Amino acid sequence: MIRRPPRTLAEHAPILFPALMLIVFFVIPFGLMIAVSFFRRVQGGFYEPDFVLANYERFLSAFFGNVLSFSLMLAGLVAVVAVAIAFPFTYRLVRLPHPAQVRWLVFLLSVLSLSEVIIGFAWSTLLSRTAGITNLLVAVGLMEAPQSLSPGFGALLAGLVYQAFPYTVLVLYPALARFDFSLMEAARTLGSSPARAFFTVLVPALRNTIVGTVIMAFVFALGSYLLPQLLGRPQHWTLSVLITDQAIYQSNMPFAAAMAVFLVLVSLALVGLALILGRREGSQ
Amino acid sequence: MSALVLDGLAKRYGSVVAVHGATLRIPHGQFVCLLGPSGCGKTTLLRMIAGLEEPSGGRLFIDDRNITEMPAHKRDFGMVFQSLALFPHLTAGENVAYPLRIRGVSAADQRKRAAELLDMVQLPGMADRPVSKLSGGQRQRVAIARALALSPKLFLLDEPLSALDAKLREAMQIELKQLQQRLGITTIVVTHDQREAMTMADLVVVMSQGRIHQAASPVEVYRRPADAFVADFIGMTNLLEGEAAGNGTLSVPGGTLVLPEMTGNSRVLLSIRPEDVVVHGNAEGGPNRLAGRLSFVRDLGASVELRIDVAGREIVAVAHPKDRPSVAPGSPVTVELPPQACVLLPLATGHAERAA
Repeated sequence: MIRRPPRTLAEHAPILFPALMLIVFFVIPFGLMIAVSFFRRVQGGFYEPDFVLANYERFLSAFFGNVLSFSLMLAGLVAVVAVAIAFPFTYRLVRLPHPAQVRWLVFLLSVLSLSEVIIGFAWSTLLSRTAGITNLLVAVGLMEAPQSLSPGFGALLAGLVYQAFPYTVLVLYPALARFDFSLMEAARTLGSSPARAFFTVLVPALRNTIVGTVIMAFVFALGSYLLPQLLGRPQHWTLSVLITDQAIYQSNMPFAAAMAVFLVLVSLALVGLALILGRREGSQ
Repeated sequence: MSALVLDGLAKRYGSVVAVHGATLRIPHGQFVCLLGPSGCGKTTLLRMIAGLEEPSGGRLFIDDRNITEMPAHKRDFGMVFQSLALFPHLTAGENVAYPLRIRGVSAADQRKRAAELLDMVQLPGMADRPVSKLSGGQRQRVAIARALALSPKLFLLDEPLSALDAKLREAMQIELKQLQQRLGITTIVVTHDQREAMTMADLVVVMSQGRIHQAASPVEVYRRPADAFVADFIGMTNLLEGEAAGNGTLSVPGGTLVLPEMTGNSRVLLSIRPEDVVVHGNAEGGPNRLAGRLSFVRDLGASVELRIDVAGREIVAVAHPKDRPSVAPGSPVTVELPPQACVLLPLATGHAERAA
């Protein structure tokens, strides 16, 4: 093993391949997108190289500002709700006997294999007036008449949380499985009720994992463009929907690129902010 | 008045019995060691006392109050875990102050009390250290300080010193005992190390296979073991099977012993500590002497270990170097088993019949 930092080209060789892949499949396309975002659109569906700020200027309107803030709010809410459900769920999961854990994980992985379209239609059926769960509530006498719950904000939130849930469990699982549960017992002998121990020991001890998982779920939800159209009303359409619309249906690549770049920058800024805040609290 | 009473406390996992009904009275201020090989149920018993494990049967009282059903966080017991279970996200001082924080003590008082506690365990000025920056011995002390932060009624420790190296462990045993004496707190330590138990305990509770074999002072456990398991587990011993004749004589392989206070006639087990066996470097007969052959000598400096073959059985004797018989291995010798050092034990488990 070489313990010192690599010096010669030969010593750098092992990272050359992944570096090359990263450049070819990530840096170059992203660079192209940034370049395109400054290109000038030509009526009729094409664009030509130029350096104009019109694409970004168009973006600075109340309409896009609202869409952007709604997108961020929705993604943030999805992330928080998904982790708030997944964390206690995973906490219980890792304490089950091993075979039961494996069954749950296989089930969650199979949920991941469902396409976004199937999830969207399944939820819209589940929340519909004719075949939805409100019929069950009517049957047991909790509701007067069946209602349609989709499309709507609640339906969209439910769909996105459902989609993000398996990922959050899988990201939380290793950290919770490694967690030393004698810490919880120690907290109990020191006067904490089980609920108190959960919030004063488990959650703070796994803060970094939780923050990381929230960020992952946030970025994941931010990129969703099908579910808002299937389960939401037009006012629930996110920036990703508009980007898809501009890129595919309006054929306005420069504007779509500008929105995409802006979305990436805003989410990077938010993630950075979350990390900085997290570190500051952690050092207290 | 009895501080802690275990009344038939039992734990079963399905068909496996971890602890058969354990009955024990622990007076105030005692230092108790639950001693036994791994898997003997000592940790399960401690966890039941702490409230971390629900007993399958029996009752637990503290100061005549039944606390069998009381949840762990209401018991006011301090516990040190084998893994120490220090909270990794908190500093040493915050760990110690955690129980105070849970009780709603003000931040200033928390800091003050944490500093006092860290002083008590000889870690002054370490309050702001993260747990990850502490050595094994320092973590040990933080865990002890944290468990004692609320001046608990009972101080429980589960193999607390097992992670330390031998030298530090010995020093910590003495320190722990001194701390316990200073605070006068009733303390229960789980250990598999009989030296640790002998060093610290007022009361040694020897356990095996979920049962308490004997609960007595270290000297009593050593000198008057209740059964063969205790005799063999605590220190080294010679066990000889014999037939009591009813007239105060016991025939063992190689001869007959006269044990005046022995009663009854049955097959029994005789236990005698190696340091009580007297080796004579001649073949002279005499009362309670068995003829044998010196088979091996191990010179340990401070003592000499002699192994003597008596009628095909090996008897181990430990002598002071100045009492060493001047004979070479292979020579005939006699071993004397003084009656007052002989303990007669039943062949099966049960209570001891005393020879003297």
